[in-house]
Amino acid sequence: MNSNLNLLIGLAMGLNLVALGSSRLPTLIRAMSAQGVMLGVMPLLMDHEPDWRVALVALATIAGKGLVIPSLLRRAMRTVQIDRELDPLIGFVPSMLLGAGGAIAALALTHLLPLLPEHAGLLLVPGALATMLTGFILLIGRTKAISQVCGYLILENGIYLFGLLLIKAMPLMVEAGVLLDVTVGVFIIGIIVDRIQRAFDSLDTRKLTALRE
Amino acid sequence: MNSIIELIPRLGCWLLLAPLLPGIINKVKAWVAGRRGPPVLQLYYDLARLWRKGVVVSTLASPAFVILPAVAWVALLGAAMLVPLGPAGACLSFRGDALLMVYLLALGRFCTAWAALETGSAFEGMGAVREVSYAVLAEAAMVAAVLSLSVQTGSISLATMLAPSVGASAALLAAGLFIVLLAENCRVPFDDPNTHLELTMIHEVMVLDHSGPPLAAILHGAALKLLLFSVVLTQAVLPLTQLSPPAATGLLAGSVLLVTVGVGLVESLLARFALRRVPLLLTTAFLLCLFALLVAWKGGMP
Repeated sequence: MNSNLNLLIGLAMGLNLVALGSSRLPTLIRAMSAQGVMLGVMPLLMDHEPDWRVALVALATIAGKGLVIPSLLRRAMRTVQIDRELDPLIGFVPSMLLGAGGAIAALALTHLLPLLPEHAGLLLVPGALATMLTGFILLIGRTKAISQVCGYLILENGIYLFGLLLIKAMPLMVEAGVLLDVTVGVFIIGIIVDRIQRAFDSLDTRKLTALRE
Repeated sequence: MNSIIELIPRLGCWLLLAPLLPGIINKVKAWVAGRRGPPVLQLYYDLARLWRKGVVVSTLASPAFVILPAVAWVALLGAAMLVPLGPAGACLSFRGDALLMVYLLALGRFCTAWAALETGSAFEGMGAVREVSYAVLAEAAMVAAVLSLSVQTGSISLATMLAPSVGASAALLAAGLFIVLLAENCRVPFDDPNTHLELTMIHEVMVLDHSGPPLAAILHGAALKLLLFSVVLTQAVLPLTQLSPPAATGLLAGSVLLVTVGVGLVESLLARFALRRVPLLLTTAFLLCLFALLVAWKGGMP
């Protein structure tokens, strides 16, 4: 069971690097949604006795992160007719190296944290830290609004991964609420992106820093 | 005396089989494109023809221009002699030969680049610069792969190092080493061996002014390097040592053939990458090998 889970987390960490290294937005969205689907499957692998509520949240996560959010983002991308990140603030190679360095540091330093013995053999904590770092790098280093949204969603994936540690203690209501918030957030951002494009003729968020009347 | 008798068939195997690989790649490419293509043995004919020809040397070039291709060929052959051929074993084997292999490959490249600079042509200098700048990144990946193999088996001798790795580590290594193979042998996403378009050539531009036997040495050396990398890739991933010798030999030959066909398919289906996208791919290869190292180091799990 644990080795399957570790394999999935390892794949999710690989997808982090795909997200950091790709200049094309469809690839970024695909990496993000594949990661979301993997995360949705994880509670099913972790749970010892079958529980319909866990299965329901897993199903909702897979549907939300695998289908709804990517299709919203793709639609936003189509309306503004942008499919590439051209001049990121942190280049693709440096951001990949940063992400990989972060993943290695997370793997090497996790054993310093006071973890429960049943979590000691899992990659959950390093995976969560590496994914959150990836989200931060995307948020900081990219200039297009859609890439930044993907960064935010990957950051959320990392937090969800961390939350899996507490799956027994945390009410499932919280998970469901977070998922709903994220979906609605992406829905709204899809509309805002269109507005930004119309007002500024570009999705470069650096143009949004100056206030004017 | 005995060791010399054992040495000759292995050496012959390397020398005679190497030119087959580019022929197979060209055949696969022709087959995908729906052409008949050159015969598989074309490189043998080319080598024989070049061997009989004379050498044209620029007035600018020093004698090194003729000597360096030979040195590069000997270095590549030396590297090949260290790599075990499945159950047949290596020609030479000692503790730390993995490091020597990496350095001999670097020496081969250094000599080719130097010989290119000898011609005094800015054009060939550009090719040498590109070759060396790709090599910096490809070598990092190669070193990470060698390190991960050595951590996995706790040895620095190629004969014991090329033991099968397991699971995730093997997959990562296979992907990383395949990209390194493509980069080191100047195959398609990095360089197009068929192109004669001046601004995009890398390896071809370095050997443009060579002729006759030195060019034959360069071509044979390139084929040898391709065979070397595919043998290393195969043995790093497949559990050859656990099979009976005939089965292992068959598997080795089959998978080297598979790697060659894979290179041909990549070459047919993929366009050459723009120069600025190459570092990204090589960094990916480096990271793949680095993560294989990490998996090996953690022993599958922390």
